[in-house]
Amino acid sequence: MLHHTPDEISERHALKINPAKTCQPIGAMYAALGIHGCLPHSHGSQGCCSYHRSHLTRHYKEPVMASTSSFTEGASVFGGGPNLRQSLKTIFQVYEPDIVAVHTTCLSETIGDDLPSIIKGAVEDKTVPEGKHVIYCNTPSYVGSHVTGYSNMAAGIVKCLCEKDETESKRINVIPGFTDPSDMRKIKGMLKEMKADFIMFPDTSGVLDTPQTAEYKMYPDGGAKISDIMRAGGSSLSLCLGRWSSEAAGVELEKKCSVPFKVLDLPIGVLATDRFVEAVSQEMGLPVPKSIRDERGKLVDMLTDYQQYLYKKKVAIFGDPDTVIPMTEFLLSAGMMPKHIITGTPGKAFDKRIDALMKEHGHDYEYNCSNSADLFYLHQLIKKEPVDLLIGNTYGKYIAAEENIPFVRFGFPILDRVGHSHFPKAGYMGGMHFISGVINTLLDKMDRDTPEDMTMELVA
Amino acid sequence: MSEIMTGPEVNLESWVDNIISKYPPKVAKKRRRHMVVREEGEAGCSQTIEANTRTVPGIISQRGCCYAGCKGVVIGPIGDMVHITHGPVGCGYYSWLTRRNMYKARDDKKNYMSYCFTTDMQDHDVIFGGEKKLAQAIREAAQIFKPAAISVHATCPVGLIGDDIHQVAKDMEKETGIPVMAFSCEGYKGVSQSAGHHIANNKLFTSAVGKVDEPQPEFTINILGEYNIGGDAWEIERVFEKCKIKVLSTFSGNMSYFEMEKSHNAKFNLVMCHRSINYLAEMMEKKYGIPWAKVNFIGPESMAKSMRKVAAFFNNDELTKRIEAVIEEEVENAKKGIEPYLKGLEGKRVMLFVGGSRAHHYQSVFRELGMEPVVAGYEFAHRDDYEGRHVIPTIKVDADSKNIEELKVEADPERYMPAIDEEYRKRLEEEGVLSNYDGMWADMGGGTLIIDDISHVELERLILDFKPDLVCSGIKDKYVIEKFGVPSKQLHNYDYSGPYAGFRGAVNFARDIDMLINNPAWKLARTPWKDRPFLNASLNS
Repeated sequence: MLHHTPDEISERHALKINPAKTCQPIGAMYAALGIHGCLPHSHGSQGCCSYHRSHLTRHYKEPVMASTSSFTEGASVFGGGPNLRQSLKTIFQVYEPDIVAVHTTCLSETIGDDLPSIIKGAVEDKTVPEGKHVIYCNTPSYVGSHVTGYSNMAAGIVKCLCEKDETESKRINVIPGFTDPSDMRKIKGMLKEMKADFIMFPDTSGVLDTPQTAEYKMYPDGGAKISDIMRAGGSSLSLCLGRWSSEAAGVELEKKCSVPFKVLDLPIGVLATDRFVEAVSQEMGLPVPKSIRDERGKLVDMLTDYQQYLYKKKVAIFGDPDTVIPMTEFLLSAGMMPKHIITGTPGKAFDKRIDALMKEHGHDYEYNCSNSADLFYLHQLIKKEPVDLLIGNTYGKYIAAEENIPFVRFGFPILDRVGHSHFPKAGYMGGMHFISGVINTLLDKMDRDTPEDMTMELVA
Repeated sequence: MSEIMTGPEVNLESWVDNIISKYPPKVAKKRRRHMVVREEGEAGCSQTIEANTRTVPGIISQRGCCYAGCKGVVIGPIGDMVHITHGPVGCGYYSWLTRRNMYKARDDKKNYMSYCFTTDMQDHDVIFGGEKKLAQAIREAAQIFKPAAISVHATCPVGLIGDDIHQVAKDMEKETGIPVMAFSCEGYKGVSQSAGHHIANNKLFTSAVGKVDEPQPEFTINILGEYNIGGDAWEIERVFEKCKIKVLSTFSGNMSYFEMEKSHNAKFNLVMCHRSINYLAEMMEKKYGIPWAKVNFIGPESMAKSMRKVAAFFNNDELTKRIEAVIEEEVENAKKGIEPYLKGLEGKRVMLFVGGSRAHHYQSVFRELGMEPVVAGYEFAHRDDYEGRHVIPTIKVDADSKNIEELKVEADPERYMPAIDEEYRKRLEEEGVLSNYDGMWADMGGGTLIIDDISHVELERLILDFKPDLVCSGIKDKYVIEKFGVPSKQLHNYDYSGPYAGFRGAVNFARDIDMLINNPAWKLARTPWKDRPFLNASLNS
């Protein structure tokens, strides 16, 4: 399937092959779905909305509702203002959301539609009914990646909804980043275990992991409540989980509502989860309960029990910066050797973090780290220096098949296996889910590789 | 034509009026014209519907854009070409392996289906222009892959910033020696994927079809508008090969660039998906004299009818005998394969909302399974796909579609060579064998409901009020429908199964529909304790 990929790496200046990222608007759509009663709105061509909904649906196997301004050639020339106004009118009457979250596309960005003034006009002339909200953000698809889009929408949520509140309550805002509802649910669970008062937004748990009860709800039960988001301006601290997806919202909360923020990694792996737990404990003055301490111990127990199958195994990993960075740290702390670490999202800060991690864990072996890279390049790196394991989204399976490498799915999108919506990779339990997948995949290969004339190991 | 019973309590006209009342008045007026309660007989034949008009902004529609129709549908399946999307990364990325048009490499082993190629435009390119980057991208693609040909597809920003992709294509074809075709399929053009089909057809006709003359045996055909989803084309080809009919090329499932170049040497074109490929069929007839017939390869009955059109065209006793023998054998095998599933499907009611072809073409196979299509509609088809080609002269081209070019084609002075004489051709046309498509009207009689470009709120109410047993649609609707506890069959991607075309495909289809509807897991859907009241009381002590 990928037999046209040459072994020799040639310099490419213009052609991207097999991207390791996608464009901003889908990130904004995903973040918007994390608000209860929200209909995301794509201000652009029909195709964008259709593609984004389809892609999210393939990943979650759930309904993904969003509307579009349905730009035609005329709107592209004369401006999409009328399309947006008509959209809002139709949406509130027909689909009755509590809130519409508008994001732009390369089309509306290129023609320079002025969202704030269009929306202001719609609010003033009551096209937007009383008591309903319209928020927005700018997400040009030719800048950054889908993670940037999530970040812009999260910041937009703050700009449009959070209210200044002088009475500072002992409470944390948690902005969880572009990760699965399973992770958001797990993080909330840990905060509840610690008895910490918190507001999490966006929150797609209960939105994109909903039950089958023969009842369809256009606006599922989950999602951050608008009233809670508004209150976030009165919290004592914002924890931004993932610099690329969540820092911007933290910055806005500080600017608008004087809420200080701290940027942490998504709590993936022992050490990043330790940092998260520590930050909550410190800020809220709360002890770390036995249940969490025990859970940590169980993860470490798993790592030591099965260490021989992980030690010095070479790994290639690709994905979004906010998930690849803590996952790389996790693999290092477990004794594995990440050799090729790439992301499709631009940003030298990614390379810097990875370099720092390598130093911190005392590794002086050669590794390849790259931002703005694509999977064609990763494949060629693997051809040059083979690895024992590939970790990444579903598109990695073609490389894994071509090079006959064990493959563990991770990140976004996972289109061809079940579980990621419900089984976290965050938290200590998430670490156990993930690393047991790695260990068992490597053990499957070990069994498969048993020579014909020998017997498989009974025990591992 | 059939008398359909919807839910016995549902009055179609008042249902339509009710759903329309949910919209703002201007929107209501527009949407009303896209819904038709079908009548019987004469009245039914003269009913019209509005289609292929712009979707009202804010409506949650199934539709995509022009780029998807061009790159995703028509050009993408050509497997030995490198397809470069010129634009930001999203468009190329979302069309990367997401359509199940299958391809097997020819002897030269060229197969780029697993790859995604894009110029990944950045803001610098949008501001200063992306032509240089595009030229370099084509250069790199030619150097690394040496494909049979290269295509370039424009996305929304390209038309706005004025990149001349056609000039770049010309220059790079000269430089690399590899054919380069550019498609101005910006997403905002037209009102749906349909504009992209037309743009793709035009370019293929002018730049690829007709390049290589190669005499062909007597019974040589092309299959147009067949995309080999799940292997459909391979099953169809198997059957034709059995009849000793040569399928020269299939547009564009499992298609090689080189096959396109000599496709005009065939004697007869069969058109499966009318919406996406009618343009090419008409132009190939005008220029090369190749007649075309509308076919339907879905379901044993329709497959047999289609094969008989081929028999009628060639009008050769030996061929006709062969075709009838193959039909007899294949139909019997298909019937045997389908039989076990009939009991579980008898009387089940189905709705179909998909694309520009399948919402009609799957109806006959459903009827063969004893199921009844009660409500149907296309996503992006035109009036002729509903009412039949005879209405084409009455179709007004509106402002959104006016800029999609209609090519002026004339007979080729040397190569216009119809395989049958004009008298016979005229007779076949009058009999409805050639150049004819009766549209969805032919298979949806009195008491059925047609909804064009269905919107989400309409789909919700249809399910709640009509209580269908199965709804056929696409990925964006599947899980919405299934959250109601109603099974949904994806007809774009076959739920990752197939083939469903031809005779063996029909057996697969019956098996999968039975599995979908009768899987016991559906019975678990209603939560047991939901409505149970709890009484908690304690005695005061």
